[in-house]
Amino acid sequence: MDVWRKARHPRSRRAGDPQASADAGPPPLSTRLSRVRSKLSSVRARRLLPLAVLAPIVLAGCQLPDFGAYKGATSQGRDAYKLWQGFFVAGIVVGGFVLCLIVWAVFRYRRHHDAEIPRQTQYRHRIEILYTVLPIFVVVGLFVFTVITENEVDAVPKSPVTVDVTAFQWGWQFYYPSTGKVVVGETLEEPQMVLPVNEQVTIHLESADVIHGFYVPEFNFSRYAQPGVVNTFNFNVLHTGVFRGQCTQLCGLYHSLMIFSVKAVPPATFDSWVHQTSGRQPSIGQLKAQIHANGPGA
Amino acid sequence: MTDVITPPTTTDAGIRIPQVFEPTEHHGHEEHGPTGLLKWLTSTDHKVIGLSYMITSIVIFYIAGIMALIIRLQLTSPTNSLVSFSQYNELFTMHGSLMLYLFAGPFAFGGLANYIVPLQVGAPDMAFPRLNALSYWLYLSGSITMLLGFLVAGGAASFGWVAYAPLSNATNSPGLGGDIWIMALVLTGFSAIFTGVNLVATIFYLRAPGMTMFRMPIFTWNMLVTAILILIAFPVLTAALIMLFCDRHFGTHIFSVQGGGSPVLWQNLFWFFGHPEVYILALPFFGIVTEVIPVFSRKPVFGYKGMVFATLSIAALSTGVWAHHMFTTGVVLLPFFSLLSLLIAVPTGIKFFNWIGTMWRGHLLFATPMLFSIGFLFAFLMGGVTGVMLASPPIDFFTHDTYFVVAHFHQVLFGTAVFAGFAGLYYWYPKMFGRLLRDNLGKWHFWLMFIGFWVCFMPQYVVGLLGMPRRVAQYPADLGWQSYNIISTVGAFIIAASFAVLLWNLWISWRKPVLCGDNPWDAHTLEWFTTSPPPHHNYSHLPPIRSERPTWDYNHPDAPSIDHGVGRGHDANGHNGSRKEMVSS
Repeated sequence: MDVWRKARHPRSRRAGDPQASADAGPPPLSTRLSRVRSKLSSVRARRLLPLAVLAPIVLAGCQLPDFGAYKGATSQGRDAYKLWQGFFVAGIVVGGFVLCLIVWAVFRYRRHHDAEIPRQTQYRHRIEILYTVLPIFVVVGLFVFTVITENEVDAVPKSPVTVDVTAFQWGWQFYYPSTGKVVVGETLEEPQMVLPVNEQVTIHLESADVIHGFYVPEFNFSRYAQPGVVNTFNFNVLHTGVFRGQCTQLCGLYHSLMIFSVKAVPPATFDSWVHQTSGRQPSIGQLKAQIHANGPGA
Repeated sequence: MTDVITPPTTTDAGIRIPQVFEPTEHHGHEEHGPTGLLKWLTSTDHKVIGLSYMITSIVIFYIAGIMALIIRLQLTSPTNSLVSFSQYNELFTMHGSLMLYLFAGPFAFGGLANYIVPLQVGAPDMAFPRLNALSYWLYLSGSITMLLGFLVAGGAASFGWVAYAPLSNATNSPGLGGDIWIMALVLTGFSAIFTGVNLVATIFYLRAPGMTMFRMPIFTWNMLVTAILILIAFPVLTAALIMLFCDRHFGTHIFSVQGGGSPVLWQNLFWFFGHPEVYILALPFFGIVTEVIPVFSRKPVFGYKGMVFATLSIAALSTGVWAHHMFTTGVVLLPFFSLLSLLIAVPTGIKFFNWIGTMWRGHLLFATPMLFSIGFLFAFLMGGVTGVMLASPPIDFFTHDTYFVVAHFHQVLFGTAVFAGFAGLYYWYPKMFGRLLRDNLGKWHFWLMFIGFWVCFMPQYVVGLLGMPRRVAQYPADLGWQSYNIISTVGAFIIAASFAVLLWNLWISWRKPVLCGDNPWDAHTLEWFTTSPPPHHNYSHLPPIRSERPTWDYNHPDAPSIDHGVGRGHDANGHNGSRKEMVSS
């Protein structure tokens, strides 16, 4: 507040107004209020007033739209989705502000007379400091929310169900160590990972050959499957359904076809499913040999 | 000196130009050495080399653009068989490699910087003219080598422009294509390093008397910082490429798990080059915009020193953010790289406000270079806002390697390298040839490109959020992605049409020249003081250099002096900046 006031009134003092230079202290409250009031009544302020009133209403307004993203079918994905909404709103506010400034400058200051030379303004230190310091606060704010969400998304609380996911060129293997159940399939066969809903499930992800990307759009999550590195993360699926997944990291010839799906079922159904024997499944090596010989989906 | 400012004239191209004619006779256009083809083959003149760079890189740009069109056509239907899977992988690999390694960088620091920087600092040539020629010939041979990849058995490299190990090793990507790709980049990598050395030496040692560091034009400043970044980043890339080559041929296991190596090491090395590289591709173009906007606003750069420090801090931060390309690897320290990546928004924001501040209360003239610069502002704003989103790991997790990222970096790179790059071409073309590119055709070029740009890339954000991964030749038909892809392809063809207009403009402006004198834009910086095109060693005499706008000071002795904003309306010398005052009578 103090800084704001100082920034506003140096002109009168510098101009050598004896009253102003004698009165070094803050002006009385009533003077300040009337100044604010006169500012508000100025044309520019009147133009901005509806914006200032509407913005908080719109922002606080009950339900934010999804801005194109999935709402997140897991609790982790839901957290990421909320962060996305926050970033999107911040983006609209900051980007919109800058956009308005650009548009205003472009339409307002066209050249009319070629001989005239405008005032050669080069430095206004106060505003320069302002637009250096304010963005730092915005960035710190965004960072704080990022770290909070990141910790929630990346947390790996203890869970009864574990799935070992192995990516390979060009398919997926889902292995359930508790019962030894295996689901494996390549490209168009679309192997399906079955998970219980409303339960923390831990996934161990790695790759048998090159780097792949394990991506479930509706979970708002992806992670690299890498050779020699096991990535661990949790899913807590919030409702039943089938969710499509796909490899996102370029992994060679049939990268485009490397799809899978995730099916979320009630825990009881999951238990009976995971205890059924999976029968004889081909090994990853056999599938790779097959796809190299006959092409995808053979 | 009595300069005559004639009333504005209208050229054939339809631009109103405040012509500033020097009363002094033009110094003779002396030519040394051979002419014709032999001149282009043997010259060490920075202007000839700069032009060679620009011509080569624009040819590369058109070739890579045609690849982009094929990619876009392939995606118009979900299971198109226009190209095969392997051809598709080759196409996007080469599109990215050509655009990033062989167009955007060389066009800026090989072409424009080579031509303009010695002129802007008042030097007769680059510091090491023969090294400069070597740079160009390395670049040309690297470019030809890269394109030859299509002719070898097994086709060109198909592991993406980032060549992630272990996909890029001999087992997963056998064949000569990958080796040719590596060797081409080693050649152009050395070319870039030599140019970096040359630019740094030129800027530090060959400045004219009076041209202090804080009187250098922002373009030169940005090229200095770019050159330093080149010296930081390119040796890392070149070394990593040689390691990759050893992995492919000599049985080293630097990037393979089997031999105790680490695939993530490749990503670390590559992105330690790759992220400074993004700013190597951006800073020169920021510099171009910072030259164009003040000239067409008739004002000095607002916050000149803030601009310089913003550039320096972008460079410093850019060496510490590489792992934001690796958030989803699960093996990097997320908060550190996230914070540094977010922080880059601060100096970039300073630049934005300075550009706006330069236009504020100026007298804007919307000639073609200015239009392209404003187009850059819009494009880069959009790319920047989505860039801040991607700096946040939880958001990056679900947008990484999807079309959201594709849209983001195309908006950033297209905004800089193409919008700002062609602003630079339109702006300095009169400097290089003493003639203008047609302004009406330039506006057609701009508006087609501007519309095509948004039509092409905005749908990619949407389809990326729906889950469409990048680098896929086919996609499921039942997910509603096709319509977005078709719109995007239409946009790509509008952009292509705009570049057909540019070709026509170059052709017609060459055949029927519109002569424009030495300084058609009433520009500020030193390069416009000499003749257009400049004589062999650039200057026969120099104006007094008292500010960062020597040519403006010379041409407008009666103009109001610069308002430094210190002590309200008084400049550093105590003159009242708000009044017209005869400073130099």
